Amino acid sequence: MIELRDIHKHFGTVKALQGVSLTVQPGSIHGIIGENGAGKSTLMKIMTGFITRTSGTIFFEDREIPLQTPQEAKDLGIGMLYQEPLDFPQLSVLDNFMAAGTDGNPASQRQVLARLCEKFGFELDPGARQEKLTVGERQQVELMRLIRDKCKILILDEPTTGISQAQQELLFATLDQLRREGTAIILVSHKLAEIHSLCDRVTVLRHGKPAGEQEQPFDEQGLLHAMFDTLPTKTSPPSQGIIGQPILTMDKVVTTAGRVGLDHVSVQIKEGEMIGLAGLDGSGQSIFLQMAYGLLTPEQGKVTSPLHEQDKTMRVFLPADRLREGLIAGLSIREHHLLNCSSSFVLTGSSGRARSEQAISTYSILGNTETRAEGLSGGNQQRLLLSLIPDGARLILLENPTRGLDVQSGQWTWQHLRSRLPENGAIVFASPDLEEIMEQSTRILVFFNGRIILDRPTDQTDYQEVSRAITGQV
Amino acid sequence: MNFLPSSRLSSSLFQFLGITALATGAVCLLLFILDLSPINIAGAMAAGSFSSWLKFSQILSIWVPLLLCSCGLLFTFQAGLWNIGIEGQVVMGAIAATFLLRLPENVLPPTVTIIFSLTAACIGGGLWGIFAGVLKNRGGVNEIFGGLGLNFVAQGIILYLIFGPWKRDGIASMSGTDIFARDLWLTSPAGWRVAPAALVLAVLVFLLSWFLLNRTRFGLRIKAVGINARAAQLFHIKPERYGLMAILIGGAMAGLAGGIQVTGVYHRLIPAVSSGYGYLGLLVVMLANYKTLPVPLIAFFFAWLAAGSIQLPIMLQIDSSLSGVIQGACVLSALLVHGLRKKKGAR
Repeated sequence: MIELRDIHKHFGTVKALQGVSLTVQPGSIHGIIGENGAGKSTLMKIMTGFITRTSGTIFFEDREIPLQTPQEAKDLGIGMLYQEPLDFPQLSVLDNFMAAGTDGNPASQRQVLARLCEKFGFELDPGARQEKLTVGERQQVELMRLIRDKCKILILDEPTTGISQAQQELLFATLDQLRREGTAIILVSHKLAEIHSLCDRVTVLRHGKPAGEQEQPFDEQGLLHAMFDTLPTKTSPPSQGIIGQPILTMDKVVTTAGRVGLDHVSVQIKEGEMIGLAGLDGSGQSIFLQMAYGLLTPEQGKVTSPLHEQDKTMRVFLPADRLREGLIAGLSIREHHLLNCSSSFVLTGSSGRARSEQAISTYSILGNTETRAEGLSGGNQQRLLLSLIPDGARLILLENPTRGLDVQSGQWTWQHLRSRLPENGAIVFASPDLEEIMEQSTRILVFFNGRIILDRPTDQTDYQEVSRAITGQV
Repeated sequence: MNFLPSSRLSSSLFQFLGITALATGAVCLLLFILDLSPINIAGAMAAGSFSSWLKFSQILSIWVPLLLCSCGLLFTFQAGLWNIGIEGQVVMGAIAATFLLRLPENVLPPTVTIIFSLTAACIGGGLWGIFAGVLKNRGGVNEIFGGLGLNFVAQGIILYLIFGPWKRDGIASMSGTDIFARDLWLTSPAGWRVAPAALVLAVLVFLLSWFLLNRTRFGLRIKAVGINARAAQLFHIKPERYGLMAILIGGAMAGLAGGIQVTGVYHRLIPAVSSGYGYLGLLVVMLANYKTLPVPLIAFFFAWLAAGSIQLPIMLQIDSSLSGVIQGACVLSALLVHGLRKKKGAR
């Protein structure tokens, strides 16, 4: 049906895909798995024409095709079900179903929708507004639109994220039915159970390269091994300091913020701990950090901390997107330090200069006091953020602390963090890099679908267990 | 990477020249199409405004409310808010001032009454601003829509007052309320069109704005909220609170402009008391690229265009709306130049 040969994609100097080949047969489900940044999304976007490949050839029904635009992909019958449904929330289900279709007659489309609903067992009210629907139902509307348009190749990106168990079963039944009718299906997932129960074949991607291909029955060990880097079985986590009093407690916290929210998360963070949050991107780590800092309030449950009542400066949060979420573009290094801790109302051109000059030299920031945040490189932005951590901060929350940093800057960051942390403090950090988590943390929390599915001291677990937990196997 | 501030200076100079050239070019092209001479027009407008102190002071009388509104808008723009409601804030300031000026006479010395009424104008405008701010924070109403709605409400209130409770003896008329007693005017010396006290107030408000925005922690926080409210929270700044303070200050300055129009210019409350200076102020601040220092100069330029254009129908039989065309050309050129620069920077 479709064959991709030796696909490469470079973004500037970053090589997102290097020599990926893939053949998908009609009437089969082909799984694509890999951890964060493995190149899954890039590959999908190439197939749907959203981005153009740097090199490589694509064959469709045995003839070579250019495939450069989304329109071309649509004309060929390549349809994609996105993780976040691409729909019009203010319109009705029927309107959404009709959008992008050629038949603009509501009466006949209503019948088509009813027929499809009946065939696949979906219960959808054509008059309901799309925004009132659950993610799973919105997905069903999209799916039926693709089926109506005689989609020959159906691509699904993490389709079970954020949908209920019943909806998942219905989805799987639908996919099975489509397979029997001859549709070629590509399923992007990080959940091994899904791959197991649905796919005929699976391709593993790692760092943009093909890392293995298997047919049913799959060998789970082999897949895990191919997904994650070959890792030493023994690690030496940092020596456990003295564990003291709790400084933050979450009790059955529930929120619907973010992609999957948090689902009854209970955890206690104690003095002296270095906690690493593992999991696929968007499994709840970032929401957890925002909740711990106080940017979000729980819809159910409670977050308690002795620090909340005391000085606010005892908690700090360093977000992953430094320039968009942590720093203020247009303000200089000096002005950031002034915002952080100026005690005087009147400021002059030299206020805070001494303090920021000291920060620049202590943290080796490449810039001067008047350099604006957006003029700094990623590593220097992180150094600036680190320099803004007040003395005596007791709860340091970090999201991808070494994102975009070279190895040296990464090590330097960790050195500084450790040296800054008082004995009665704790660090909680999320990282997509399992190795970093194993090296830096004393305790690991693994997030899956908004839940903590593994909570272990680092010295009582290993790569095997953690990487299994990341894919939902406990 | 370039850390030298001089490059920043030369780039703003370059921008200024670009904007001027673009605007001048567009206006000249338009005049050429209409077969009019730009030189004659500039001459007429200059003659109409710089030939005598009386005429020059006419410019200043427009400059005062325009500068006050623009200063107020600097605060809201810095906080990332589009204070379209400024017109209503001017109107409410004028109403609040009129209310005090209409109180039974001889209770307080006239000077004290004037001071009180200008204070009331600040409070009236400020509260009207807060109203839009609270609608945004609590009700989720975008400040543009809230402000626009409140402008209509303010216009309704002023018409009601002029035609209802505050109508002139015997007749209600669009020409406004009764004229206040002479000792309640902000007086202008003979040969002046502007009250010196109003000029002093405008300059003081400008200096205060510059100080607050550029030399205080408060101003820095407002700026931080305007650029990145999300990150500002991590610096323990509450974006909603600072937005509210910005709109309170902005509204108070606009209200003061309304109060001055009432006591110093019209000596009564008229329906069109704001004269559109609030909206014009939006253009001034945009042309200044939201910076404080160029504001008085640009406000003066706009005031000159407005005052000078009055001469056009008399001297050259051209409609005075030409000044609006020139102002619009300037602002569009500025937005274009800044937009292009941003686009280039993003690439």
